[in-house]
Amino acid sequence: MPESIALTVKDLNFYYSGNIHVLKKVNLPVYKNSVTALIGPSGCGKTTLLRCFNRMHDLYPHNRYEGEILLEEKNILENPVDLINLRSRIGMVFQKPTPFPMSIFDNIAYGLKLKGIKKRTEQSGLVEKALQQAHLWAEVKDKLKASAYELSGGQQQRLVIARALAVNPEILLFDEPTSALDPLSTAKIEELVEILKKQITIIIVTHNMQQAARISDWTGFLMLGELIEFDRTDKIFTTPSQKLTEDYVTGRFG
Amino acid sequence: MTKEQRRKTEGVIALSLSTFSAILGLFWLAFILGDVLVQGMQALNLTLFINDPAPAGVEGGGLRNAFVGQLMITLCASLIGVPIGVLGGTFLAEYARGRKIARMISMLSDIVVSVPSIVIGTFVYAILVRPVGHFSGWAGAVALAIIMIPVVLRTTEDMLSLVPWELREAAFALGAPYYKVIIQVVYRGAATGILTGILLSIARVAGETAPLLFTSFNNSFFSLDMNHPLSSLTATIFQYAMGPYKSWHAQAWAAAFVITVFILFLTLLGRLIIKWRYR
Amino acid sequence: MAVTVKKNPGDIIFSALTTAAACTVIVLVIGIVFVLVRESSPAIEKFGVIQFLTSTDWDPVRESFGALTSVYGTVVTTGLSLVMAIPVALGIAVFITEVSPSFLKGPIGIAIELLAAIPSIIYGMWGLFTLSPIMGAYVEPFLKRATADIPLLNALFQGTPMGIDILTASVILSIMIVPFTASIARDAFNLTPDVVKESAYALGATKWEVVKNIVIPYSKIGVFGGMLFSLGRALGETMAVAFVLGNNHRIFTSLFDSAATITVTLANEFTEADKDIYLSSLFYLALVLFVMSFVFLAIAKFFLARAERRAAR
Repeated sequence: MPESIALTVKDLNFYYSGNIHVLKKVNLPVYKNSVTALIGPSGCGKTTLLRCFNRMHDLYPHNRYEGEILLEEKNILENPVDLINLRSRIGMVFQKPTPFPMSIFDNIAYGLKLKGIKKRTEQSGLVEKALQQAHLWAEVKDKLKASAYELSGGQQQRLVIARALAVNPEILLFDEPTSALDPLSTAKIEELVEILKKQITIIIVTHNMQQAARISDWTGFLMLGELIEFDRTDKIFTTPSQKLTEDYVTGRFG
Repeated sequence: MTKEQRRKTEGVIALSLSTFSAILGLFWLAFILGDVLVQGMQALNLTLFINDPAPAGVEGGGLRNAFVGQLMITLCASLIGVPIGVLGGTFLAEYARGRKIARMISMLSDIVVSVPSIVIGTFVYAILVRPVGHFSGWAGAVALAIIMIPVVLRTTEDMLSLVPWELREAAFALGAPYYKVIIQVVYRGAATGILTGILLSIARVAGETAPLLFTSFNNSFFSLDMNHPLSSLTATIFQYAMGPYKSWHAQAWAAAFVITVFILFLTLLGRLIIKWRYR
Repeated sequence: MAVTVKKNPGDIIFSALTTAAACTVIVLVIGIVFVLVRESSPAIEKFGVIQFLTSTDWDPVRESFGALTSVYGTVVTTGLSLVMAIPVALGIAVFITEVSPSFLKGPIGIAIELLAAIPSIIYGMWGLFTLSPIMGAYVEPFLKRATADIPLLNALFQGTPMGIDILTASVILSIMIVPFTASIARDAFNLTPDVVKESAYALGATKWEVVKNIVIPYSKIGVFGGMLFSLGRALGETMAVAFVLGNNHRIFTSLFDSAATITVTLANEFTEADKDIYLSSLFYLALVLFVMSFVFLAIAKFFLARAERRAAR
């Protein structure tokens, strides 16, 4: 069954602060309704690549993209692009849970507010839907007005996921989402990712190989800014075609 | 005495001396506050707040005009100083974070803080009193605002910098422009700290006298007119305490009592809020 | 790492607002310097710099003005108050950081902050009505008797002790700066890393030895900077001393004399100055004071920056 494509990365080169060449001619497809994992040793560029998808690098001066990332035939790296619209189609969850200093309800509703949905009555339905999607509704439905800081770390991370889901993105980027969480919360989030992929496309950066093997359908292995290999996850972890890939997944270097 | 005993004794003496200094410090606090309390309460009565000053030497006057004037000048000073301070601190912590200009403005801000308040009074006199030809409440408010601005600026900058960077990125990732990130997310995170900074800066200027001496000057009559000399509690305390009449001295104590209570209350409130919030 | 701001109308307006607000600080500093110099220029022209700073004249009638008497008074009151305040402030800082049981640390810290928050006019008034009579009736006569036969010292306590003099003013000023100095010293002491203190204890040092040999040397740069800050504060104080100084322009030799400081001269005479040259000389005095406090601020900041850099290592 030919899988449809959500994003295509074509000959992507990325430079930090003008001249530090961090991503070198990366090419890969991201398939719809699947989980694509980006793995590799520290400093290989996997987080840098992830942050290209929602152009987070634009926040800081002197960063430069070369090449294309195609979302429905349009290159999102080309200017002018509506960044606000882009970021509502491609959302992001960070490594440390980042609840805003607001109530649980207001946290989820924030993205909606930015999009112009300001009335509480309009927001409630969408907030509940997002919390259901993030498997957090049952735990917080009676304390929506409470401060987000009252939740545990794992709950806060699910809150942040719900917040990203509330604006109905097509693609969700996860940057090492469980590295700051305990094993139980990690398991819950991994379960969530499995369920979410049926509705949206997920790209996840992780330094935990077992996690990549557990939850992803496709895996890309990067090293020193280059994409060494990209294939179905079971192939990468059982019969990789590159020696470097094999060395990394068997633990010969980290 | 063995060496060990000598070391111990030296220690005991030195640390007792430091304990004595702490007691001395507490003693002065109790003495001064006690005096203000006792003398102030004696002269405190309703006429103080209801009546305006009586002609010199005549009994029964009050300080209504001074209370009102002090409130007006402090309020106007806050209305000028607080927004400038908060916005300036926002500039240093957000748009100019890490850049050289932030360091430079921080340094200049410390210079303004170190200028003696009476010199600020002379400065405002030269720019706002002399050209206009007379003293005014506005000049007094501006002088106090100049004292407030660097204080509020510094606290705002510090409090905003405490908000973790990831929070801003998360808001950006949702598609918010920078100014909304600041106003809707960062300000909320730093709100208690900034508020406390504002409270403490108001407490600081509410007790100032020197900058008012040649800006708002004083006024023995009730007035709501900021464009002309306005009475203030602090300037009145100065005038009455140095004056010859016993009734004036009593009123000065009462005014001192009210100001001290107000300022100590604001200061305690500010510290308590910080303690509760950043537990 | 500053963020690059995109061309969003809201951002343009907001960043312009914040930039303007921050720039008021620049405008203020330039403005103060400019105005002070402009207003004092008639006096600077007439009296020059060296002559003004060394002249003891202060004669509104003859229109001859000199800064020496006011500067002398400022220097002496500030110096004397620091001499009295620093030991007490250091003692309090040592108490809070090392001696006091933990349940007391909070309350005493609050007490110090309350003392620091009391406006200076309250100190001044209290000094006039309460301290000054005590000084005049008990303390000063005692000091006079005690030093009567000691050759150099008795010159310091000459004259009739009235309580309205340099000594009382300095005592009040010292009480005022103790809390401020104590908090800075306490913060400097707290910069000493616990591991360093623990290593000393592990060698068998007593508590006082740790303070004397480890904490104080470690924080001495910060404490010194703090003292310079207090010096700057004391230099610029007006109301605490205005009530009890007497405003007498002369070079005094006894602590029982009344005198003048720059700040009190300004407070008492600014609105009375009827001639342009009089007012201009007063501005000149203000300029001198501004320069003095700026110099001490610069030195203090230098020392504090050194201390922070050392602590960060």
